Amino acid sequence: MQASQSTVDPAEIAKFEAMAAEWWDPTGKFKPLHMLNPCRLDYITAQIAAEFDRDLREPAPFQGLRILDIGCGGGLLSEPMARLGADVVGADAAAGNIPVARIHAEQSGLTIDYRHTTAEALADSGEPFDVVLNMEVVEHVAAPLDYLTACRRLLKPGGLHLCSTINRNPKSFLVAIIGAEHVMRWLPKGTHEWAKFITPSELETLLEQAGLDVVDKKGFVFNPVAWSWRLSDRDLSVNYVTASLAPSAT
Amino acid sequence: MDNPPATRIFTDMTLDSDILIVGGGLNGPVLALACAQAGLRVTVIDAQPADRFSSADFDGRSYALALTSVRLLTGLGLWQGLAPQAQPMLDIKVTDGRAGEGPSPFFMHFDHAEIEEGPMGFMIEDRHLRPALIHAVQTHPQITCRFGETVVAQDTAAGHTTLTLGNQSQLKARLLVGCDGRGSGTAARAGLRRSGWDYGQTALVCAIGHEKPHNGVAHQFFMPPGPLAILPLPGNRCSIVWSESTATAAAINALPDAQYLDALRPRFGDFLGDITLQGRRFTYPLSLSMTQALIAPRLALVGDAAHGMHPIAGQGLNAGLRDIAALAQVIADATRRGEDIGAPDVLSRYQTWRRFDNAALALATDTFNRLFSNDNSLLRAARDIGMGLVAHLPPLRRGFIREAAGLNGDLPRLMKGQPL
Repeated sequence: MQASQSTVDPAEIAKFEAMAAEWWDPTGKFKPLHMLNPCRLDYITAQIAAEFDRDLREPAPFQGLRILDIGCGGGLLSEPMARLGADVVGADAAAGNIPVARIHAEQSGLTIDYRHTTAEALADSGEPFDVVLNMEVVEHVAAPLDYLTACRRLLKPGGLHLCSTINRNPKSFLVAIIGAEHVMRWLPKGTHEWAKFITPSELETLLEQAGLDVVDKKGFVFNPVAWSWRLSDRDLSVNYVTASLAPSAT
Repeated sequence: MDNPPATRIFTDMTLDSDILIVGGGLNGPVLALACAQAGLRVTVIDAQPADRFSSADFDGRSYALALTSVRLLTGLGLWQGLAPQAQPMLDIKVTDGRAGEGPSPFFMHFDHAEIEEGPMGFMIEDRHLRPALIHAVQTHPQITCRFGETVVAQDTAAGHTTLTLGNQSQLKARLLVGCDGRGSGTAARAGLRRSGWDYGQTALVCAIGHEKPHNGVAHQFFMPPGPLAILPLPGNRCSIVWSESTATAAAINALPDAQYLDALRPRFGDFLGDITLQGRRFTYPLSLSMTQALIAPRLALVGDAAHGMHPIAGQGLNAGLRDIAALAQVIADATRRGEDIGAPDVLSRYQTWRRFDNAALALATDTFNRLFSNDNSLLRAARDIGMGLVAHLPPLRRGFIREAAGLNGDLPRLMKGQPL
């Protein structure tokens, strides 16, 4: 990674540094992701710790785990996983995100394997992972079942798949499309297509068809008074997350 | 890249530590111990050599620790060794008075028996607290002490912050914390402006010995020139914080010990019998000094570095310890999530949590002082009525007791007696 970067034009590096700063500015373009991130990380870290019997109070609790972050963007989830000691592969179908994420990881003193690739291509290459993070991606793909099947193929037997998306109902239209894109302008208009949103029961069916066993569901709920997100056992009406397991070898 | 090193430490080893703390007084070591408990590596830097921090003899300085502060020190494994030297405060009596006159007919009385948590706080002497803190940081495997070294520059870059010391060596970490008091060089170097005002008052601080036992009762007398706090120490001794106008304080402080006591006697009264001076005398000019923000890029301020307040009711150290418990919790939670502890969104959680509380406390102590350091007869009547009301309304009184014990507000886990 370092060697290939030394051949990059300095003007390109400056551009990527500016883009990295933008990705990581909690008040900038990616503010909604930054606001959601602690809540997502609370869920992700708790699920991984429980599944692989790790103690988050210990240093490097995820040491020895191989984690794939699909749709890694600037590395908002890849970096925390690496900091917790995991071996992380960050994959993004948008080529532009890769050098940006690499520069930020380097600034943060972290080693992360960022690749311009897709879940399907990675699955075909046969690299197994203990954990696949599939956060806020499935509502953007053309063929969800094929995509989720690729995610399952990426897992070692008994591996953990964490998948979050947005529910499809009148409230999610109001909150995620009208609210987030038109009123608050947190997201560019057209970021989400309401018809592609997936209800929890649809997602559960898709995950099972893909060969995954759903073990947990939680809502990500925005509290406008505290101006922050929290996890909810009951309210899956807009943003929600699922944990599912690949079948074990035995 | 596909074969990363087999052993990976969760913090980057090119950094000297995770956190650099400037200031090795009281707040700096406590924060260092709390962050070390969260698994982080900490460096504490102070211009004073370590041996300058501890005076073996009683020098007259002591602190009133709220119950919540004691819980914090207990959680950090410090209180167990300090408890035998501490004096529990079982009762606080607040009286409005004038030198040479008796207390007004109304006074407030706060007894710890009215709240279930136990004593409202403990008095601990500087000569016990400070060496215990220094010893704990010097012997902790995750804490590096750089005592006797000055900071000449601080710089923030993407991913880390760098401190340059007087000998031109550099230290790098994810986060810098200023625990360097109201003259904070850390805040000044970060360009954080301070605002505040002088009260025109100076606190005379000393310890006295007395004939009769104090029974663990603390007294606060509100005198027109300023409050007089009498705080119980182990044995027949009390620590006093005696506020006067700056000119009067200077005149009193210039007096030899015998005349100093003569000036104190009419204010102190004779309820504890005859009094004698113990240890040295100190003076502290009283001023309010707050920074515009508690945070800057990769920087957080704690205690007096962020908010030097009126020492009325002994809330200064306790407010600093509350900052520490909150910051340590924000840092511990961020660490367990894998977040960058110096990231702006992480630091803003600390600022949001503490800024309102600190401003409210500074305002409350300021208002209290203005209201009580006054001989206006109308205000005096209003105070007497107010105190009479508090004396007769148990819920209001319990509210004050809980405030004195530090039990009000959104408490950090370490101050609830829970693990970090």
